[in-house]
Amino acid sequence: MTLEDLQELSEKEQQRQSEKKHRILYCSAAGCVSCGSDKVSAALKAKVKEHALEKECEVVGTGCLGLCGEGPLVKVQSDNTLYQNVDVRSAEQIIESHIVNNKKVTSKLTDTSSPFFSSQTKIVLENCGEINSESIDEYIGAHGYQALAKAVNEMQPSGVIEEIRKSGLRGRGGAGYSTGLKWGIVSKAHGDQKYVVCNADEGDPGAFMDRSVLEGDPHRVLEGMAIAGYAVGATQGYVYCRAEYPLAIERLKLAIKQAEKMGLLGNRILESQFNFRIDIRIGAGAFVCGEETALLQSIEGKRGNPKPRPPYPSEKGLWGMPTLINNVESFANIAPIIRNGSDWFSKIGTEKSKGTKVFALAGNIRNTGLIEVPMGIPLRKIIFDIGGGTTEGTEFKAAQTGGPSGGCIPAEHLDLPVDYESLSTVGSIMGSGGLIVMDSTSKMVEVAKFFMQFCMDESCGKCIPCRVGTRHIYGLLDKISKKKATQDDMVLLEELCMMVKETSLCGLGQSAPNPVLSTLRFFRKEYEELLQPVETYHGEPGVVADFEK
Amino acid sequence: MFTEKNLQRIEDLKKRYPTTQALTLPVLWIAQEQFGFISEETMKYVARLLDVSFGHILGVVTFYTMFNQKPTGKHHVEVCTNVSCMLRGSGKIVEHLERRLGVKMGGTSSDRKWTLTEVECMGSCGTAPMLAIGEEYYENLTTAKLDHIIEDLK
Repeated sequence: MTLEDLQELSEKEQQRQSEKKHRILYCSAAGCVSCGSDKVSAALKAKVKEHALEKECEVVGTGCLGLCGEGPLVKVQSDNTLYQNVDVRSAEQIIESHIVNNKKVTSKLTDTSSPFFSSQTKIVLENCGEINSESIDEYIGAHGYQALAKAVNEMQPSGVIEEIRKSGLRGRGGAGYSTGLKWGIVSKAHGDQKYVVCNADEGDPGAFMDRSVLEGDPHRVLEGMAIAGYAVGATQGYVYCRAEYPLAIERLKLAIKQAEKMGLLGNRILESQFNFRIDIRIGAGAFVCGEETALLQSIEGKRGNPKPRPPYPSEKGLWGMPTLINNVESFANIAPIIRNGSDWFSKIGTEKSKGTKVFALAGNIRNTGLIEVPMGIPLRKIIFDIGGGTTEGTEFKAAQTGGPSGGCIPAEHLDLPVDYESLSTVGSIMGSGGLIVMDSTSKMVEVAKFFMQFCMDESCGKCIPCRVGTRHIYGLLDKISKKKATQDDMVLLEELCMMVKETSLCGLGQSAPNPVLSTLRFFRKEYEELLQPVETYHGEPGVVADFEK
Repeated sequence: MFTEKNLQRIEDLKKRYPTTQALTLPVLWIAQEQFGFISEETMKYVARLLDVSFGHILGVVTFYTMFNQKPTGKHHVEVCTNVSCMLRGSGKIVEHLERRLGVKMGGTSSDRKWTLTEVECMGSCGTAPMLAIGEEYYENLTTAKLDHIIEDLK
């Protein structure tokens, strides 16, 4: 396969699609599958056959169409019509009424001019809902692998790194480190073997962005990884995916096989001197393995215990060799940057946070689902315009970003632009993209207690501040929520939070107190209302009461 | 003992793993698939097979929550009780399941048909509340929908 072959294939595929009068795409991401999209697709296909429309009409599965709460979703691509809550009966109607008689099925129509759709900017998700997620031909038809071809044929590795650096792309896993700088460090590090690792151990509660990208557009991630491999001088890549995502793993396996067969992965990629293989590694349910050093331990077959940094994985990672680790969404941004240039990318977003961010909307919000917005968009716009506000009859209370490492943002800060720096000024973080909306019925002490229980359960137990500290913070929160605590316990709670934050070994412990600290900052009253006055309470302050998990 | 087919699978995997230690997780997955859970005996067997210590295998099995050290019922129902599901009513789902299946959270029914466990976020927050039975996910749950699922599997 050469660059010319690739372009020819791309044109051929576009031609093939344009010859179809109708392309009907059903959402085949896990959310819609669980709501019955397989039955819907069977009904669509059966009706197409019944009306002998196979030549002019194709039915294909595609990646997440976004509006997960209203699934299964079906899209008629030719006139950009979207249907929601489709069942077998309405699937049949779509063919009989819309396709055959050109009359849309009005009862299931989604308003695609609503802000949910019009306020989004799609880069990472550009193919989700447009192409068949299991077809490499369709990915190539959407200019797939052309960025890899451009990189290996026309660019020097250092040029690729420079382009990524200039784009301003920052790590989408949460910390926001400059991707280009990280690549630069790995490329300069010495080692007989270098590795590229894709962190697909998406464990933050409320986050399902990476899952959707892997399920909907797996080739995009592989292409990003291969470009990274070329840039830093690695020949082996690993995708570390959590075992909870069986569909994502299946699609990735298929994608790797397809790419290898076409010479887009493996030896002498696109007839260049560049060799790069990608293998999948599957976790087994440990949240801490999303932390990079723990993840590497897990790939090596060990318990996922984090290691102190430095040395950073960029210098001493897998089996002691220089290792580049980026998350799924970061890799998904690479191909478009190389294809369209860093100038194009850096025009989107804010001065320090470039590009877009994919968010998963969950909790008490009307439109749950997956969205992609330019960096810098106000939180209010995400929640009220795109998300449609809180669920029926309740009032907005807080938005939680960054999962157990992040914080709760109250209504008064809703005009905050969403970028790495702004979110940290209110004690939260960008995080990987989970955005959980809480309404007036949510009790913030309970929310903080919930996240602390999560961290306590998921702490690997290696370092004492995290292992013991999270347990004691949980105990104090439990005591407060049961109205058995006094002001003295509050003092202790805050001290303990700071101690765990400052002395834990890895990101899990260092950020575990964040949900407590941010709810204390904005919803202190809710804590204080639960306290006992010191003079009337005769329990011992500071002693953690027996608590039930 | 692994079946011939599984031994072959492990042999094939070896080619793509730089050390036998790195094979620990995939081999344990194969073991769980074949035996349903990972007993001490299985751990010793895997340790011998991979030429690593029993302590290493025990450490790994006890670290990762998805490795079951006890046999589970025929249907392993894993309910997400994490925050997005909690906000959308997973509490009621758990209550209903415990009542319908006659099992307390973490337990297995006396006829060994059902095991009920709590899991952390499975990434189905857009369609919360949810549960998984094996690799099958059930989402946008209501108590009525739960009754259907249970009836279908009975």
